Amino acid sequence: MTATMIDIGIVAVKAALVLSMLLNLAGLLGWIERKGSALIQDRIGANRASIFGFAGLGLVNTLIADPIKFLTKEDFIPPKGDRLLHTLAPCLALFPALVTFAVIPFGDVLVLGGREINLQVANLNVGILYIFSMASLGVYGIVVGAWASNNKFSLLGGVRGSAQMISYEIAMGLSVIGIVMVYETLELQEIARAQGEVLWGWLPAWGIFLQPVGFLLFFTAAVAETKRIPFDLPEGESEIVAGYHVEYSGAKFLMFFTGEFAEIVTAAALTTTLFFGGWQVPYLMRDGLHFPWGGSLLLPHLLVVLLQVAVFGLKVVFFCWLQILVRWSLPRFRYDQVMRLGWKMLLPLALVNVMVTAVLIVAFQSGPVKP
Amino acid sequence: MTSAVILFFVVGGLAIVFSLLVVFQRNVVHSAMALVATLFLVAVLFLTLDAAMVGILQILVYAGAIMVLFLFVIMLLNPAVLEGRRLAWWGLGSLAALLLLFELIPLLLDSSGPASGQGSAGAGFGSPEMLAQSLFYDFVLPFEIASVLLLVAIIGAVVLAKREL
Repeated sequence: MTATMIDIGIVAVKAALVLSMLLNLAGLLGWIERKGSALIQDRIGANRASIFGFAGLGLVNTLIADPIKFLTKEDFIPPKGDRLLHTLAPCLALFPALVTFAVIPFGDVLVLGGREINLQVANLNVGILYIFSMASLGVYGIVVGAWASNNKFSLLGGVRGSAQMISYEIAMGLSVIGIVMVYETLELQEIARAQGEVLWGWLPAWGIFLQPVGFLLFFTAAVAETKRIPFDLPEGESEIVAGYHVEYSGAKFLMFFTGEFAEIVTAAALTTTLFFGGWQVPYLMRDGLHFPWGGSLLLPHLLVVLLQVAVFGLKVVFFCWLQILVRWSLPRFRYDQVMRLGWKMLLPLALVNVMVTAVLIVAFQSGPVKP
Repeated sequence: MTSAVILFFVVGGLAIVFSLLVVFQRNVVHSAMALVATLFLVAVLFLTLDAAMVGILQILVYAGAIMVLFLFVIMLLNPAVLEGRRLAWWGLGSLAALLLLFELIPLLLDSSGPASGQGSAGAGFGSPEMLAQSLFYDFVLPFEIASVLLLVAIIGAVVLAKREL
């Protein structure tokens, strides 16, 4: 086996690992959303699934029964709709949600058999821009699906959804500029590494401490991008039924559904990487823990990497849960309120955040401004 | 043939197929989607040329923003009522295509290929730093003038859309 073969193998394993983690978490979230909403609203929640009369596993049964139900349902295409685009739309919705994760680092460098493995599928020097470009492609699934259904409620939902997504993309992009300015890079792995430093000898240099306003703006815009309550205007049971996916059933609806949950996981992972240190454990260096109050605990390399990956996973799960909590706690906005919030609140605030960050960076820079 | 060349022919061939589909489709929405696919494939070509920044911006700006607006307009104007092809348009279109072909002929005939020793670009080529360097230091005045032009266009659009301010 040659060296390039091993390299290709490593990339393939990393890609498979990340994809399976993303899809599994997305699937689990569908179930957590049901049980979580029940917990929040003081109900029992989904507990009636029995497969061939076997209900013994309880909650796990629901997890298995849901996909089986979707996959065995009739796939309906509206007779006057566009067959090709109606089938293509769910793929267009799912694709950007799945590929965005490629640039998100889930750990530092793993040294295995003298080979340094960067725990990130693709290390692009334009990582953040890649994420925004993929997010901007997410609009197509909605617009195309809405139009191909040949249904006025679908089209209205699609128009609303795409207007909302384009509006909040701008605010989301601007809210991250501050982070890029502070860490001076567009590479997500570099941003995660830079957050391992400490401020004033004890505070981890996480994005949340350096860019608190940026975090609030980013998280709000990210929730709006996933089109969930309080921003679920593309749907509306009382006005436009299920919006852009009103004519979808079976496996195609499942793809829209999975895309939505994959977006939640990606949004959580991005929030973690940009604002909460990514895979960083406070005070954990490459060779072990070094506490600011003196004293250190040396750990073996594999354990350090394992800790990093586990902590990254925990942070991601926490932010997934936070999004589900938001979805079941807040009432939905009216459409004009959504637009006003995006254009008149988030966008100006993000611009002010960029200005203030720039002024502070120049003010605290000791040396001359870089050429 | 190296893997890079094979990749170029596969992606380039697909880009040509999709750009032909843009022209020959009767359904306007299908044409627009084929154009999106073409833009995406051209972005992949940029990626293979060490120009990740340009490739990503191609997707972000053209596929992600401009084509979405195109699609919007097409869908709301209902393409079912588009009239059939006219001879005058065929003539004009063919003339424009011929002009483009004449531009391309010298390039196609030039078979010298890349000079030796210029196989790959230097370190940092196409990086955001390098792009920012040329935009904000070397060409800062043209850049600012272009942004003022865009601002004028935005104000014009607002004035046209809103008769009474």
